[in-house]
Amino acid sequence: MMFSGAILYALCGAALIGIGVYGFITRAHLLRRILAFNVIGSGVFLLIGALGHRTPGAEADPVPHALIITGIVVALSLTALAVALVLRHVADTGRAVLPEEETEEAV
Amino acid sequence: MSAGLAFDVLLCLLIIGAAGLAVGGRQLFASIAFFVTYGILVGISWLRLGAIDVALAEVAIGAGLTGVLLMGAWAAIRRRNREARGEYGAEGNGSGASRDDEEDPVVPGGRKLAAAVVCGVLAGLLAAAILTLPGEASGLLPRVTERLGDSGVGNPVTAVLLNFRAYDTLMESIVLLMALIAVWTLTPRELWGGEPGLRQHARGDGVLATFGKLLPPLGVLVAMYLVWAGADRPGGAFQGGTVLAAVWLMVVMAGMARVPRQSSPALRLALVAGPAVFLGVGLAGAGFGVFLGLPVEFAKTLILAIELALTLSIAVTLALLVAGVPTARERP
Repeated sequence: MMFSGAILYALCGAALIGIGVYGFITRAHLLRRILAFNVIGSGVFLLIGALGHRTPGAEADPVPHALIITGIVVALSLTALAVALVLRHVADTGRAVLPEEETEEAV
Repeated sequence: MSAGLAFDVLLCLLIIGAAGLAVGGRQLFASIAFFVTYGILVGISWLRLGAIDVALAEVAIGAGLTGVLLMGAWAAIRRRNREARGEYGAEGNGSGASRDDEEDPVVPGGRKLAAAVVCGVLAGLLAAAILTLPGEASGLLPRVTERLGDSGVGNPVTAVLLNFRAYDTLMESIVLLMALIAVWTLTPRELWGGEPGLRQHARGDGVLATFGKLLPPLGVLVAMYLVWAGADRPGGAFQGGTVLAAVWLMVVMAGMARVPRQSSPALRLALVAGPAVFLGVGLAGAGFGVFLGLPVEFAKTLILAIELALTLSIAVTLALLVAGVPTARERP
C-alpha cells in the first residue's frame, strides 16, 4: 500500500495511545493520570483524523474534524472535573495519590 | 523521500518524544510543560492534515486551557503541602520534606516492564489495524460537499457542527454545562455562592499586569473574528469562545477584574444562554417537522444566532471550569 503522510500520522496516534496507557498504568500521581488520559485522548483524535484524510484528492473530510472538535471540548470538561476532584481529594486527605496506591507502596 | 514526508516523519518523532517526556518525566512541573509543547506540536500536525479548525481547537483547548488547569492544580497542591508543613510541622510520617511536591510511589521495575509490553502490544495492534485499511477512502466528504449549499454556511466543518450533526454539538454544549455543575458540587458548603477560586498575585508593573491591559482588546477582536469568519473559513464558536475565556482569565489573573459570584443571576444566564438558544431553535425546527432541522433560507441566520449565544456560554463555562470552586482564602 501507499505510505502516505496520513497513514504516518495515524501510526503516530497509535503510538501516543500506547504511551498514554503506559503512563496511566505506571504513574500514581493523580495529576499525571489526568495528563496521561489527555495523551490517550489526543492519540485517538489523531488516529481518527488521519484516517479521515485518506481521501482521493487528499482533501480533508469535515465529519471527523467536527467529531474531534467535539471530542477536544468534552475531554477538557472531563479534565476540569477530574482536576476539581483531585484538589478536593488533596484537601481532604493531604495526598495526591489514591489510597490503594499508598497501601501498595507501604507493602 | 520528499521534503514534505521528511517533515512529517520529524514532526511525528517530536510529538512522540514530547509525549514520552510528558508521561515519563521525573518532575511534574516539567511534565506539564512538555504536555503543553506536545499539544502545540499536535496542533501543527493538524495543519499538515488540512484540519485548521481542529488545529485551532487543539492549541487553544488541548494545549492552552488543559495546560493552565494542570499547572494551576500543581501550584495549588504544592502550596497546600508547604502550608501543611510550615504550619503544623512535618505531620504524618515525619519526613515531610521527602513528600514534597513530587509524591509518586515507586513502581517496581517488573510491573513497569509488564505495562510497557502490554502498551507496546496495544499500539502494535492498532498500527496493524491501520495498515490493513485501504489506502484511500472518500469518507463522508462527497455527501457533505453535495449538500453544503443547503447548510447556510461555506465552512464544511461548521456545516457539520451546526447543521448536519447539530445534535452532537447541542449535547456537547450541555456536557460543558454539566461538567461545570459537577465541579461546583465540590464547593465546600460554607463557601457556596462565592467567587470561584483563582488567586492573583500580579504586581502593578509586572509582566502579567501589562499583558492584562494590552491583550484583552486584541483578544476580543480575534475571538469575534473567529466566530464571524467561522461561517465560511476556519474558526467558529468553540475556538472564539476559548479565546474569549483566555482573555477573561488573563484579566482576572492580572488582578483587573474579579470573578462573578457563583450565585450571580447574570452569570448563570450567560452559562445557559448557548444551550437554551440552541435547544429553542431545535424545538422550533421540531414544530416544522424535524428536530434541529434548519430551513435552507434561514439557515445562515439561525446558525449565527446559535453561534453567538454559544460563544458567550462557552467562554464563560470554560473560564469557570479553569477557575474551579471558591476557596477559603482572602484575596491579596
